[in-house]
Amino acid sequence: MAQSLRLEIVTPTAKALSEEVDYVGLPAAHGEMGIYPNHIPFVTELAAGEVAYQQKSKVFHMAIGAGFVQIMPDKISILTDMAIDEDHIDEQKAEDAKQRAEARLNEQLNDEELALVQATLANSIAQLKVKRRRK
Amino acid sequence: MASLKEMRNRIGSVKATQKITKAMQMVAAAKMRKAQNAALAGRPYTELLNQMLGNLQKDVSDFTHPLMEVRPVKKTAVLIISTDKGLCGALNTNLLREVLPYDKDSTLYVSAGRKGAQFVHRTRRTLKAEFTCKDAPEFIEARAISRLLQEQFLSGEVDKVDVLYTNFISTIRQEPTIRQLLPIVEIHKLDADLVDKDRSAAGDKVVDHHIEFAYEPTAASVMGSLMPHYLNYLLFQFMLEAKASEHSSRMVAMKNATDNAKQLIKDLTLEYNKVRQAAITSELLEITTAAMAMDN
Repeated sequence: MAQSLRLEIVTPTAKALSEEVDYVGLPAAHGEMGIYPNHIPFVTELAAGEVAYQQKSKVFHMAIGAGFVQIMPDKISILTDMAIDEDHIDEQKAEDAKQRAEARLNEQLNDEELALVQATLANSIAQLKVKRRRK
Repeated sequence: MASLKEMRNRIGSVKATQKITKAMQMVAAAKMRKAQNAALAGRPYTELLNQMLGNLQKDVSDFTHPLMEVRPVKKTAVLIISTDKGLCGALNTNLLREVLPYDKDSTLYVSAGRKGAQFVHRTRRTLKAEFTCKDAPEFIEARAISRLLQEQFLSGEVDKVDVLYTNFISTIRQEPTIRQLLPIVEIHKLDADLVDKDRSAAGDKVVDHHIEFAYEPTAASVMGSLMPHYLNYLLFQFMLEAKASEHSSRMVAMKNATDNAKQLIKDLTLEYNKVRQAAITSELLEITTAAMAMDN
């Protein structure tokens, strides 16, 4: 019986996180999910948002971009294009990025650019949400 | 025998060339490190993506995605990921040699990198589209290329899409590699040599025993959104590998050029000194002969 749960967050540029955790909260595309060890094998899409994971009694937060998650009884693997932990979020930068993205949404964009801008917007909103949650 | 002045000029020009190749070597070395890191850093992601899709494919054997449809191959598209600039050793030559076996009439080419496009033109093949890739490939570029290829495939324009790129093995070894991108036949096979040996050993354990996954909302819809994403990333990874290969190859080529220049300068200087010494000796000889003639 696996009691420990390994959380792995992988982005195209790095393995952002690999930790033993007790609980994970995920922003699944169809609503928030909470995962404890021994969850059934499960795969779903993730929306940009906040991942919260608990180690002992401490809770950590990370902002992630849209992606996918694969859940196993003893392991959670998250694939995403962005992962920043709470302490490394630059609120000012995220706010700027958000405003730039919003401004660009009003311009004429082709599909590629639009997808990129929307992703940037979602990512920066996710960052801001994590950062401002406790204020 | 060249005159002294000619030899001096020759040494000067070799030295100047050496300076240039040395500078290029250093630039390439710096870029190489970056590109190698990027290529290596991207591997875990691609690996995990492969794994997910691999598991998924086992669970939904009855479901076929349009991108997986295997048709009789009438027309093939080949994406050539080459370099924009030359001076990178035999990289492009080796890569483009792999293009030749493809049938001229039933193959369309898409090129990422100028060298590939030039080759396609020169050999009078059909170039469908050309993309240039910057020093650091960006995901959005990969997505644009992947989109084009997917559209070609889905519209029935082509029945198979191959990617030709240089796989990065080590600084001194890069191999031209052909991968079938579409239709997606089997995910593990595609993945096998992308991953380093020790990594794949660790990754295998997950897919070995069959685990039944639950999917939300449905397996088909997860697969539907995972598939295009998978292609985009696969392509992105190929581009990263190709870039790492390019810079490595250029660095090695420039290092060889610098070493050759060094050797050449050494040889020329030796030759120059010999000629100079011979000239002095013969001058001395003339003077002494003249002096002796005067004495008599």
